[in-house]
Amino acid sequence: MMLIPCPFCGPRNEDEFSCWSEAIPRPADPSSLSDAQWVDFVYNHRNPKGPVREQWWHARGCRRWILVERDTRTHDVLSASAAAP
Amino acid sequence: MGVEELPVQRFSFLSLLRNALRYRKGWQRMWRNPEPKRRYDVVIIGGGGHGLGAAYYLAKEHGVRNVAVLERGWLGGGNTARNTMTIRSNYVRPPSVPFHEGSMALYRELSRELNYNLMVGRRGMIAFLQGTAAARTAARMANTMHVYGANYELIDVEEIARRVPAFRPPARPRLPLLGGVCQPDAMMARHDAMAWGFARMADSMGVDIIQNCEVTGIRRDGNRVTGVETGRGRIDAGKVGMAVAGHGSVVAEMAGIRLPIEVQPLQAWVSEPVKPFLDQILVFSGYGCYMMQSDKGELVIGGPTDPYPSYAQRGTFPIVEQVTAAVLEMFPALARMKLLRHWAGVLDIVYDGSPIISRTPLDGFSVDVAGAGGFKTTPMAARMHAWLIANDEPHELIRDFGLDRFERGRLVFEGGVSFNR
Ligand SMILES: Cc1cc2nc3c(=O)[nH]c(=O)nc-3n(C[C@H](O)[C@H](O)[C@H](O)COP(=O)(O)OP(=O)(O)OC[C@H]3O[C@@H](n4cnc5c(N)ncnc54)[C@H](O)[C@@H]3O)c2cc1C
Repeated sequence: MMLIPCPFCGPRNEDEFSCWSEAIPRPADPSSLSDAQWVDFVYNHRNPKGPVREQWWHARGCRRWILVERDTRTHDVLSASAAAP
Repeated sequence: MGVEELPVQRFSFLSLLRNALRYRKGWQRMWRNPEPKRRYDVVIIGGGGHGLGAAYYLAKEHGVRNVAVLERGWLGGGNTARNTMTIRSNYVRPPSVPFHEGSMALYRELSRELNYNLMVGRRGMIAFLQGTAAARTAARMANTMHVYGANYELIDVEEIARRVPAFRPPARPRLPLLGGVCQPDAMMARHDAMAWGFARMADSMGVDIIQNCEVTGIRRDGNRVTGVETGRGRIDAGKVGMAVAGHGSVVAEMAGIRLPIEVQPLQAWVSEPVKPFLDQILVFSGYGCYMMQSDKGELVIGGPTDPYPSYAQRGTFPIVEQVTAAVLEMFPALARMKLLRHWAGVLDIVYDGSPIISRTPLDGFSVDVAGAGGFKTTPMAARMHAWLIANDEPHELIRDFGLDRFERGRLVFEGGVSFNR
């Protein structure tokens, strides 16, 4: 069970959140991407065994988006911050 | 050189009897334990059912016998030994149904073919339809399946109660129960036996099965694969096939390739054994969980994948709680049963829920990503992967399961009980 330190609500049970995906910056000009580059952005993610930065949504809490850094081997939460300042 | 050169020992009633009379001293090892050679024509990474099966079919159907299977742990110790063994073909997209039906047909013959008892048994599976959307999807799925000759019957609640006498429709269900849909030909089989059966026959045809041998790098010359780095040194190979279930991204990264997958844990747990009372596999679709009774009498219960990526090979508690509540809503009488064991495996969930059996941008390097429910597909996926390796192009049965489908926008969307996107 993970305790996620929501920057707005403090430490909360993982069950209140929903994990969206790896935090991958949106391409600045999507229409200039080739199909292959678009597939890389949408589907071909790093999916790492180790630390990863993800977008989480505090769905059953403050309903804000946050960035969570977490280790996929151990479920250790390394940090959590607001997704948008 | 003793055991190394003996042909495979056949199992039969007579051989059992003979060995019983000789105090069981006549059994030989089921496969050798060779040192890796410097070079193989084909190296398969991953000694689960998919990898061992690929080696078996390469040797048997394509005469490619200079093959090694490299397994970082022990044979079948990954998801092959962790899954709940249901074999079914209730899928909704045209490419999926013949693929899964074909796999079921292979399963029915496999014990004989491998001379190894996989304990394949027809069980029947009933999915509860908890809501109109579920009922509509089931009707559509039944139509698709009928086109391909697979049997999928819609039944009403009385019929569920008739087929599952232990079930009494709950008086105040959380989700409305409209009926069920039954695949009478669904099966169960012994998971370890499949890995061992493939391993034994592959070994007898000359395949080297090398355990405790983790692949740590993939070697290339320009755009062509030339071998692998392992914990036991470098091994050259003409071709390399990957079948590592929950480690697809880790191994593909060694080849500089990213795959459209996300790793998610899937959990299961079993109760204490009780007298047989349930011969069907029950799926509570609305709650994303399922239950059946094993040959040993234990209730086997499984849920959806955990809702975030993890390689930890352990599940999280909310899923256990959610699934247990669902099972107890349907079978309140089970409330006092004790749970004995609980475990999780890690699955490479493909974004469209279908398998990937494909060439990759690196020549000679192919991947077989089982996806969510890959026990049922093991014989067919392995056979198709072997075909792909031998012929350098996909068999028509898997043409739609290539990596290129993502770029071409031809995704094969399937959802399983274990798929939560
Ligand atoms: C709880 C649970 C229930 C399930 N229930 C069902 C079900 O009812 N029906 C169904 O069809 N499917 C089910 N599945 C899915 C099914 O188990 C898998 O899809 C299938 O077993 C995958 O087979 P595999 O041979 O590809 O993988 P595995 O058996 O996991 O084999 C992959 C092997 O690769 C090895 N490996 C990994 N990295 C390396 C490396 N770098 N070098 C060397 N070796 C490596 C691993 O050690 C492992 O042994 C379930 C899974 C789980 C976890």
